[in-house]
Amino acid sequence: MISFIIRRVLVSIPLLFLASIVAFILVVNTGDPIEDLRTKPNVPKATIALREHELGLDKPVVERYVSWLGKAVHGDFGKTIKNQPVWAQVRRSLGVTLRLVLFAEIVSVLIGVMIGVVSAVKQYSWFDYGATTGAFLLYSLPVLAVGSFLKFILAIRLNRWIGRGDDPLIKTIGEGTANFCTASKPYNCGFIPSVTDFLSHAFLPMLTLVLITFAGYARFSRAAMLETLNADYVRTARAKGLSERRVIMKHAFRNALMTVATVISLDFGALIGGAILTETIFEWHGMGRVLVESINKIDPNLLLCWFFVTAVAVIAFNLIADIIYAVLDPRIRLD
Amino acid sequence: MTAPRSDGAEPEAQQPGSVEREFTVQQRSQWKTIIRRFTHHKPAMISMVVFFLLMVFAFAGPLFWKYKYDQVLKKPLGGNKDWIRPSWEHPFGISKGYDVFAQVMRGTQYSIRIALVVTVVSVSIGVAVGAISGYFRGFTDSVLMRFTDLMLVIPYLAAVAALQRNVKGSTWLWLALFLAMFGWMGIARVIRGEFLSLREKEFVEAARSVGASAPRIIFKHILPNTLGPIIVNATLAVGGAVLAEAALSFLGLGVKPPDTSLGKIIEVGKSKATTYPNEFWWPVLMLCLISLTINFIGDGLRDAFDPKQNRVRA
Repeated sequence: MISFIIRRVLVSIPLLFLASIVAFILVVNTGDPIEDLRTKPNVPKATIALREHELGLDKPVVERYVSWLGKAVHGDFGKTIKNQPVWAQVRRSLGVTLRLVLFAEIVSVLIGVMIGVVSAVKQYSWFDYGATTGAFLLYSLPVLAVGSFLKFILAIRLNRWIGRGDDPLIKTIGEGTANFCTASKPYNCGFIPSVTDFLSHAFLPMLTLVLITFAGYARFSRAAMLETLNADYVRTARAKGLSERRVIMKHAFRNALMTVATVISLDFGALIGGAILTETIFEWHGMGRVLVESINKIDPNLLLCWFFVTAVAVIAFNLIADIIYAVLDPRIRLD
Repeated sequence: MTAPRSDGAEPEAQQPGSVEREFTVQQRSQWKTIIRRFTHHKPAMISMVVFFLLMVFAFAGPLFWKYKYDQVLKKPLGGNKDWIRPSWEHPFGISKGYDVFAQVMRGTQYSIRIALVVTVVSVSIGVAVGAISGYFRGFTDSVLMRFTDLMLVIPYLAAVAALQRNVKGSTWLWLALFLAMFGWMGIARVIRGEFLSLREKEFVEAARSVGASAPRIIFKHILPNTLGPIIVNATLAVGGAVLAEAALSFLGLGVKPPDTSLGKIIEVGKSKATTYPNEFWWPVLMLCLISLTINFIGDGLRDAFDPKQNRVRA
């Protein structure tokens, strides 16, 4: 087992290396970071040359890549075009995104798997038809539509309905109240106020992510469950005279969970860079914001770091998915 | 003796040479079965009608609608508003002097146009990579599949957005090509799987034994048998491309004026989502309609092509 894990990790390293090359090619082709300076009238040539030198643009692309990589493996991702350390900003945004994605993922897995399993066990029942149709609709709806609907229609009505139209209980913007805990507002600094503030901000984006992702899990776990329910070993379990509950929980569900677990792991890796729309609709300062800003302002180091972090996340969770599958499924031969 | 019929025709069974049957059995070709299954899939058929109407709305609508998308309308505006509520004259109202109905028609057209280009290009790349990979196996396969894995590591939207930033002039075609460049991997994997299993079948062995060349086996023998998955995936790719494009344009990283799209209109309209909803919610609704209908059609096609399924009897 350990040799299998080591082998898989070793395979991931060249993949990450190649991904960093692709990312670098993309970033080089994003545009010229000092385009503004160049097109501005009356800027002396020396100023442009100095700025070019500062950003390393005067060197050949390969040399820039090698020097970036050399620093990146030591954890130094350089400075943004505004001379701020890149890693500090990305780490902060990653924290914001993780808080959102982690909760949303847990909730949608729980709901999705539950609905999927029940509708598989009661196949062709009213519950099954309702759940399958509902999941299909939610699965097909754009994030943009779900998020906007929750933000502009549901939240505003709900806040008015509970009589908190002016001081909304369900916040629609940002990941937290600005200057929430300061010296002038010491009553806000406890654990409970900060958690309630977070929840009131996180409710809508989480609901959006949950609605979008749980539908996929429900569809997937229903299919996986149907497959195991029709497997020979389930018939054997029934033939042995085990209770239906035991057959479903111990024999069918546990085996269905195997494929579901790998899909969840793969999804989670993708979500770190993939909650961009949700974050933008609710104006969170997460990884989505970093991406949009770094592209709009053509900030090479920031964008490179973004690509690097998301690539690591995708590769790491692919790895975890592989390992989970190998651990759970005894039929997988490890060598 | 049977009683003579009122119309005077002889019963069929008594004609010489004909066989008496309780049931008439009609032979159906594979395609006839597939089309029958598809036309019996109600949601898919309704979606086909809705999608057809959307296409008419997007492509024929602008030709007949009395206002053009770039026609500035001089209408008195109330107060400091830059919009006018919907009326019969302007079903979606007027925003900043432009007829929103004409804008949404044009946006839908661009969205579908982009999605079709993305689909054609990405499906072609995907099928080519998958076919070569699955047919030749070995070293070719591992190189191509490692490359596919690599492309999957880079987040799709971010990669497209990064390249799109540098595009000047007409942006929609470039956006479509970039989306296709980073969107072929799923189809490649599916087609590779199909090729891997089909290449071991007896009919391929037969073709090989009579000396058919590799291109001939790929194009004439295997590819026609993978048409089902290709059609299903191409259909779903249209929906995916519409949403991806809308997402990028909504983030301000997609098409730029003078081009437009549903996502672009939504981005422009979002600041007025609560005060003047027409420029925001109509394009969102169009987006939902496109996505839903495409998914239903794809679902219907999948059921129609999948011989294992037996829920829809046809």
